[in-house]
Amino acid sequence: MIESYLLQSSSLTKLFNKLIETRHIYAPVKKGMVTSFNRVESLEEVAKDYIQTTISAKSILFLRNEILFHYKQENGDVKIMEPDLQRIPELVIWGCRPCDAKSFKSLHSVFNWDYKDIIYSSREARSAIISFSCNQADEYCFCTSAGSGPGHTEGSDILLTKLKSGDYLAEILTEKGQLIRDMIPAIFETPSSESKEDNLARIPIVFDTAGLKQKLEQAWNSELWITQSMRCLGCGACAFVCPSCSCFDIQDEKHGKEGVRSRCWDSCGFSLFTRHTSGHNPRETQAERWRQRIMHKFSYLPDQQGFTGCTGCGRCSRACPADMNIREHLAALINDSTSPENRVA
Amino acid sequence: MNEYQTIAAGLLSSGTAAMVIGYSEGSAKRVRPVFFTRPEEASTLVFDSRCVQNIAVYLTKKEIRTEGKIAIIASLPVMRSIIQLASEHQLSEEKIIVIGITPSGEVKQFNGFDALDAYVSSTTIEIEARYREKIEQVEKMTLTERWNFWKNELSACFKCYACRAACPMCYCTRCTVEMNQPQWIPVPSHTLGNFEWHIMRAMHLAGRCVDCNACAEACPLGIPFNLLTKQMILQFKKDFGGYNPSLKGLNILSSYLPDDKENFIQ
Repeated sequence: MIESYLLQSSSLTKLFNKLIETRHIYAPVKKGMVTSFNRVESLEEVAKDYIQTTISAKSILFLRNEILFHYKQENGDVKIMEPDLQRIPELVIWGCRPCDAKSFKSLHSVFNWDYKDIIYSSREARSAIISFSCNQADEYCFCTSAGSGPGHTEGSDILLTKLKSGDYLAEILTEKGQLIRDMIPAIFETPSSESKEDNLARIPIVFDTAGLKQKLEQAWNSELWITQSMRCLGCGACAFVCPSCSCFDIQDEKHGKEGVRSRCWDSCGFSLFTRHTSGHNPRETQAERWRQRIMHKFSYLPDQQGFTGCTGCGRCSRACPADMNIREHLAALINDSTSPENRVA
Repeated sequence: MNEYQTIAAGLLSSGTAAMVIGYSEGSAKRVRPVFFTRPEEASTLVFDSRCVQNIAVYLTKKEIRTEGKIAIIASLPVMRSIIQLASEHQLSEEKIIVIGITPSGEVKQFNGFDALDAYVSSTTIEIEARYREKIEQVEKMTLTERWNFWKNELSACFKCYACRAACPMCYCTRCTVEMNQPQWIPVPSHTLGNFEWHIMRAMHLAGRCVDCNACAEACPLGIPFNLLTKQMILQFKKDFGGYNPSLKGLNILSSYLPDDKENFIQ
């Protein structure tokens, strides 16, 4: 269900102003060298020139520190106070990239796997995603190799592609998108004949995910896990900027007889992530933790949910203090001949 | 090949070193740390102003320690880190060769810690003017202004611990933030948890930080928490005439002298 319209450049403000009457808008805001999704009040606050935000749009739906409930000890009993989900406002995620929009599919799948997470789902249900296609990319981008692309529509409710004229091609992709269009129908005009493709960044395909998955199934003992991860510092920067990493830790914070239970972002790159109470760690080395990160995204998740846990946004490579470049490392894994399994083959 | 590349290749081909740690070209005009074991790789070593990651951090890693004798291409901050780590008994002299490159570009090979210690002691840690100005600005703030300044900066932290991971002095196998019986530092990255983390980290670096800036360079969010460690260095300068990592001198915060001018401990 794709309906295409032309949105004049001057209509962008009208759309924004219409939405902010009833909704909270989160959009990329630049502060120093860092661009991240913040709540904004006007379109002027929104960053103009950014290839990619430093932190992904994930941070709006999957909070880095989410209070699951408050508790209180009272008369020998424990009283649980769950958050009031009715108070979650209607949200608009404005200006996210197609790779971020697609990654919500991965988060949705994890938070609805064997248990429907009502906090995540409530926030998701009240969010509309208005993405902007990419007309520029950098050498870290590899969305076209990860099942996404500069004009990919999956995950967005409305996708806007800036045309050479300065106007936008607006693709209404979902019912939520239609609802927004119906809030201000006059600005959605008959589209011009200008092609969307001509206005998208060119991002070369470096590998195909199906081939990578097949290769990874034979790569458990590859030496590349060791050589690639030698410089990995074991921090969580890659996981925390990633739009699809969803691992979390549950923490209780108690003060006297009351407290809160929170869900906090966590990362498989930390040695503590798998350390047992006994001190034994089933993923003792950074190489094993690096293997887990890649296998989870490109082998296990495709098996479990049918798509990769990476959309090729390149944030992990940009954020890595030791220049671990995921695109380069995946390409090397595809051409790897160091694992005993591959040698036999 | 240039001088440090030739030395590195020579150490590997003679078998004197099992591995050379240095920098090579990385992605998007960045450099990255490399771990070479073959002499022919040495020609791709680079060293210039982009080499700000402190690669001394790798010397205490289990994966590297088992590799045998390591030669390391060391900037002045890396050399200082090696001496500080040695003074804390974290490195053994016979397992490290330092291919030092001084700020003026002179290549000096150090085979023992004494010579390296003498060189490091001949230098002084100087806080760059732009940071001194910023620190002065913060110090001039009223308590409320300063609280708001730090609240604003530190509330952005999402606790990826890249600062800790990038710091050679943060070698503890179990960090205070991982102690949970009791939980000293809150795990969630809320403002209080972030304050406690960054203040604790700064305090644990008092008298140890070599001002390499690797922590701030590593932070994906550009949080200026390095002002805390830099301020402490300036404070040490005022109170104790400064400090330098050293194998001979006293570690300022973990040493006690009977004739200390403070007498509360006597």
